[in-house]
Amino acid sequence: MSSFATTAEDTIVLARRNLKRIPRQPDLLIAYTIQPVMFVLLFVYVFGGAINTGGLDYVDFLMPGIIVQSIAFGGFVTALGLSEDVQKGLIDRFRSLPMSRAAVLLGRTSSDVPLNCLSLVVLLAVGFLAGFNFIGATVGEVALGIFLLLLLGYAFSWIFALVGLYSSTPETANSIGFTAIFPLTFASSIFVPASTMPDGLRQFAEANPFTTIADAVRSLWLDTPANSDVWMAFVWCVVLIAVFAPLAVARYRKVVAK
Amino acid sequence: MTDDAIVVEGLEKSYGAVKALCGVDFAAPTGSVLGLLGPNGAGKTTAVRILSTLLDPDGGTARVTGLDVVKDAAALRAQIGLAGQYAAVDENLTGFENLEMVGRLYHLGKSESRTRADELLERFDLTDAAKRPAKTYSGGMRRRLDLAAALVARPPVLFLDEPTTGLDPRSRLAMWETTQYLDEADRLADGIVVIDHGRVIAEGTSDELKNQIGGERIEITLEDPADADAAVTALAPLAEDRPAVEGNIVRAPVRRRHGLIPEIVRSLDDAGASIDDIALQRPTLDDVFLVLTGHAAEEEEAPEKEEVAA
Repeated sequence: MSSFATTAEDTIVLARRNLKRIPRQPDLLIAYTIQPVMFVLLFVYVFGGAINTGGLDYVDFLMPGIIVQSIAFGGFVTALGLSEDVQKGLIDRFRSLPMSRAAVLLGRTSSDVPLNCLSLVVLLAVGFLAGFNFIGATVGEVALGIFLLLLLGYAFSWIFALVGLYSSTPETANSIGFTAIFPLTFASSIFVPASTMPDGLRQFAEANPFTTIADAVRSLWLDTPANSDVWMAFVWCVVLIAVFAPLAVARYRKVVAK
Repeated sequence: MTDDAIVVEGLEKSYGAVKALCGVDFAAPTGSVLGLLGPNGAGKTTAVRILSTLLDPDGGTARVTGLDVVKDAAALRAQIGLAGQYAAVDENLTGFENLEMVGRLYHLGKSESRTRADELLERFDLTDAAKRPAKTYSGGMRRRLDLAAALVARPPVLFLDEPTTGLDPRSRLAMWETTQYLDEADRLADGIVVIDHGRVIAEGTSDELKNQIGGERIEITLEDPADADAAVTALAPLAEDRPAVEGNIVRAPVRRRHGLIPEIVRSLDDAGASIDDIALQRPTLDDVFLVLTGHAAEEEEAPEKEEVAA
């Protein structure tokens, strides 16, 4: 068997293993389904009336943003799982097997993709119920938006892989992930337009890649101006993968070689 | 393949300034069980991690089934099974799913992986728990599942690092049918290598090691402590070293040979010392350990074993 075929086969075996835990751990299933729904309802009905989005219905403005946030966090199960695997010695077992060594990390990050698809479906369904609509978007633009979101999710899987490999326990992985990324999602145009923010914060939000990506999805789905170009959002995702995947691999090598 | 399943020569490994292994040599013939003994931090786990390709050595060579642990690591992994210090099972998967996954990762194929998983669950008495997530298992069941996972590919060489760590005495009993850690090595190992401070300080069979530290001891309990001096004089020509007296007990190292006990009884009888009890004791591996390393094997210091099946 070629090494590429072996890697692909082993990655699938491990990705399936990672996915099997989700329905067995209700807290994880809730994190991918109920939690984003709560966020949508909270923002649309509690804060929505007080937020000025300049002509757009708030639910239309919010949905692309909140999907960006949910999907960025979709990779946290990678941090959790990797940290557990290191702690419990499973990584040692994998490394003693005649399997592809790349498959451990690839299996982790790739199993986040179907999970992100799941939260995307749940979020869009609840969005439609709350009155969200695509505005002036072709099927191609809707699909391109979905692709951008999944690419973002994959980039964050590598960021969370790095977080998981730096954490001594799954709990630490969880709190590092949330403390570092949660404020970043708020200091962006995910929930409110950056133009409504005070000086300093506004400039920060405008430079924040979360803003670039949320605005790109809005531009594709709602025909709004993209503020920066849509392709910039793709560049950001690729750059994040190009930076964090090698860092995660290097950290993995260091963690296991002891 | 050579006759030796494991050949280790001049193995070195450091962690920063700490030398975990400073030139270790040993070998294990195919079909034998080698026990690696030593106190905590002696370098046992480091040696096992190098032999199972998890860690690269800084110096020296190690070959397992004729394959170099560094250069031929990829090919070697198909020949070994490893059960580490912790039960490395996925708690969210069932017992069956755990073994099936390991089979798939050994590239046994789907149907062979399943058949093998069922076989091993049966053999390790886990069939009833096969469909339950491993997080519902007891410590003993997890350890059995972990051992089963190490055996999935019927590996010619099996590495067990502290195989009974974390088990309660009853589970340990169930696993080895014995209660003492060192007793495990005594009963199971064909050869024993004792490591301390990253060096091999002794090796041989259990009997050889015991002989090395002075063979056997005779322990005589006298009816009257006043007879002790007479007993010592009578015993001296038969003992390897000067007998020691403690109250009414006289002890002396001896070489075992045919007729030794009747001879001792006769000679004490001639000296007029009445015997209450007499016992010939083999040193235990605990004694060996104490003499060789200068400190006792603590309870948590289980021997690590490299079991080399057929």
